[in-house]
Amino acid sequence: MNLTLHIWRQKAGESGGRFVEYAATNISPDASFLEMLDIVNEQLIEKGEDPIHFEHDCREGICGSCGMMINGIAHGPLGGTATCQLHMRHFEEGDVIRVEPWRARAFPVIKDLIVDRSALDAIIQAGGFITVNTGSAPEANTIPIPKAIQERAMDAAECIECGACVAQCPNGAAQLFTAAKVSHLGLLPQGQPERYNRVVRMVEVMEEHFGSCTMFGECEAVCPKSISLDFIARMNRDYIVARLKKLAG
Amino acid sequence: MSELEAKIPPGPIENKWDYAKSHYKLVNPTNKRKYDIIVVGAGLAGASAAASFGELGYNVKCFVFHDSPRRAHSIAAQGGINAAKNYQNDGDSIYRLFYDTVKGGDYRSREANVYRLAELSVDIIDQAVAQGVPFAREYGGLLENRSFGGVQVSRTFYARGQTGQQLLLGAFQALERQINLGRVQMFPRHDMLELVVVDGQAKGIITRNMVTGAIEAHAGDAVVLGTGGYANVFYLSTNAKASNCTAIWRAHRRGAYFGNPCFTQIHPTCIPQIGDFQSKLTLMSESLRNDGRIWVPKQKGDKRPPQEIPESERDYYLERKYPSFGNLAPRDIASRAAKEVCDEGRGVGPGGRGVYLDFADAIKRLGRATIEERYGNLFEMYHDITAEDPYSVPMRIYPAPHYTMGGLWVDYNLMATIPGLYVTGEANFSDHGANRLGASALMQGLADGYFVVPATIADYLAGQMSKKVSTDRAEFKQATTETVDRVNRLLSAKGTRSVDAFHKELGNIMWEKCGMARSAEGLKSARQEVRELRERYWREVRVLGANEEPNQSLEKAGRVADFFELAELMCIDALHREESCGGHFRVEYQTPEGEALRNDEKFLYVAAWEFTGVGNEPRLHKEPLVYDEVKLATRSYK
Repeated sequence: MNLTLHIWRQKAGESGGRFVEYAATNISPDASFLEMLDIVNEQLIEKGEDPIHFEHDCREGICGSCGMMINGIAHGPLGGTATCQLHMRHFEEGDVIRVEPWRARAFPVIKDLIVDRSALDAIIQAGGFITVNTGSAPEANTIPIPKAIQERAMDAAECIECGACVAQCPNGAAQLFTAAKVSHLGLLPQGQPERYNRVVRMVEVMEEHFGSCTMFGECEAVCPKSISLDFIARMNRDYIVARLKKLAG
Repeated sequence: MSELEAKIPPGPIENKWDYAKSHYKLVNPTNKRKYDIIVVGAGLAGASAAASFGELGYNVKCFVFHDSPRRAHSIAAQGGINAAKNYQNDGDSIYRLFYDTVKGGDYRSREANVYRLAELSVDIIDQAVAQGVPFAREYGGLLENRSFGGVQVSRTFYARGQTGQQLLLGAFQALERQINLGRVQMFPRHDMLELVVVDGQAKGIITRNMVTGAIEAHAGDAVVLGTGGYANVFYLSTNAKASNCTAIWRAHRRGAYFGNPCFTQIHPTCIPQIGDFQSKLTLMSESLRNDGRIWVPKQKGDKRPPQEIPESERDYYLERKYPSFGNLAPRDIASRAAKEVCDEGRGVGPGGRGVYLDFADAIKRLGRATIEERYGNLFEMYHDITAEDPYSVPMRIYPAPHYTMGGLWVDYNLMATIPGLYVTGEANFSDHGANRLGASALMQGLADGYFVVPATIADYLAGQMSKKVSTDRAEFKQATTETVDRVNRLLSAKGTRSVDAFHKELGNIMWEKCGMARSAEGLKSARQEVRELRERYWREVRVLGANEEPNQSLEKAGRVADFFELAELMCIDALHREESCGGHFRVEYQTPEGEALRNDEKFLYVAAWEFTGVGNEPRLHKEPLVYDEVKLATRSYK
């Protein structure tokens, strides 16, 4: 396959960048999108040009490192997949492809397609855990958990913290990410003691860094793990209950 | 040999860990905050250690080269984690898990360590469940198990095909909690490039800030490396792209012995390579072998599509050769068997390097819905990569480098030969001998990090109060200078070939000659080729850009330089070990049936290599292996 790429290049420490055109030639349809970029980079190095910087690691769709806007869509046109699992067979010969970093106020660009997503970890630090010191856990089968609850918690826990939800959201909101963690822990019996404190702490930090949710739903559409918008409704409910509980003292 | 004292506690095997814990020195709770512990890596073995140290009250500095600790490659582990809970009432016990692991490792692991691992396995499950890890459950709400290769009980706990992800998130969340409490200081996007040794003790590290390029020194009272394995020496492996040996290799160069470097695991169920552009190989969880049947055509060069090959013309070779374990034979055996049938010309798919993993019978027996529930995400991943539908066409699989049993030599307390340097998880050599059984890597990483090292490190730290050092010491200055010089040397090579081009070439040599089948002749020539390529590398590599910016070529360049040195040591170790055991298969040493032929008289020891300079002969130290509990036997899975 032969393709034309318009890729965002931004030098480290600079606030702006520009699109640069590259030709990707003789690409196998079985190559992944990142392997296509590898090939382009090898050619750039040969010519003595700085290779395109992008984050990636496991290349199995689970580490959450990779992510870029491909023709305006986070992780590209396929849906339900991370960029590393997008293969070139989903493009047509001669396609022009525009590649940009995640665009969000909370994700400053570090270089080219690499952004700083540490604001997501800040939300987890605020309360995305169950307080249990090593060694103090009870026997694992002490608390039975209905299979349906466990499956639902797992649906939420599958989030890979890639940030696609934020990047695609017109408001740059992190509701889907936060709701996934709030729901994973809040659904399980182990997570009940901290359930309402947790949601308040996490939502407060989320609001410090990210935009507001107006339920466009674009996050769900690009989520590589297809995490459901329902979790946002669930988080909002927990948040309101938490506030009411506080008012009631 | 006094310097290789394993420090195995006295007493019967089931009491050793209790004995050790009861006799370790302790650090007073109010004194813990006066100690700084450096943890490098935040996968299962690093994050669990860092979080647990924080909970105990130590000051922790944790370094990762990722943007977040949650990206470590533990996240990609699919199948599960073993524990001797015996929830299935199928005769499991701590002893049986211990025995299976020793046998699975082909009698090249240390009994006392493995027994402790089996004991701690049950605590790990308790801990993970309390953290909210959503393990699979039965309809009654209790935990579910499945079986995994190399054993005959169901003791594997799992969370869909993402067990590593969920366990890592448990450890990550515990770590984030400690960060929030101020007990752990996190250093993301920091690459450890050197270990600092002061007066013979590990006292700090040198890192490169991957955003600014700043080379920084950090001092601590102890250093813990949980930095993973080195399967990327093969270039194509199932490891994440950035997984590397630099942390353990730099420690090796500073005096930590390297244990059994040639013990590498080639995993049997990976998606075959399809082209030269390929950047990595993808694992298909071993759990698939519970329901999938592995076969190739009986006839050489049979090009018919699989559906058109009748039953009578298929060879279910694992079921034929190993009737009692069948498709659940251990990884090393299943991998070698696949290579064998492909070498005979019976392989399938492009290039004839593949075997079928067929679910047709399982779908007939259990229905598509059940298979979908068990393996849906794996089938999807296979379909994404190959564009083939495994519900209707059998998967094609082939072995690929996956895990390294070798690593830095550690004693029972997980301390390396440099006092104050601890090594956890895949980075150490300790528990899996010459072959790791499925679902035991997660177990080891977490046992080491949650339970072992938090107990053993106090014993060391208790004597360190008067030996605190700061980064003003000459040793830190010198290590910093050496690191800067090395970075500059890589940037000034001004050659013509990319780092990846060299890495691919190195990987090819290692795969062909130090991979699934090794011979004296091949290993000698591999060693020579590696040395020559290494010299060319330093002259001809091209690393663009500067140090003072994010520079992915520079990051890779340093890692590949270290892989070159490690590769030579792997060849030396593989050549010296004149026997076959587990994943180490020397073609000269095999039974008439083609199985691994051990030589317990000559090689019942851990080979621990001391660094003596690049290109020099490393010095061999031996830790004799003593089997008091398990009787040495020829491994049989028939």
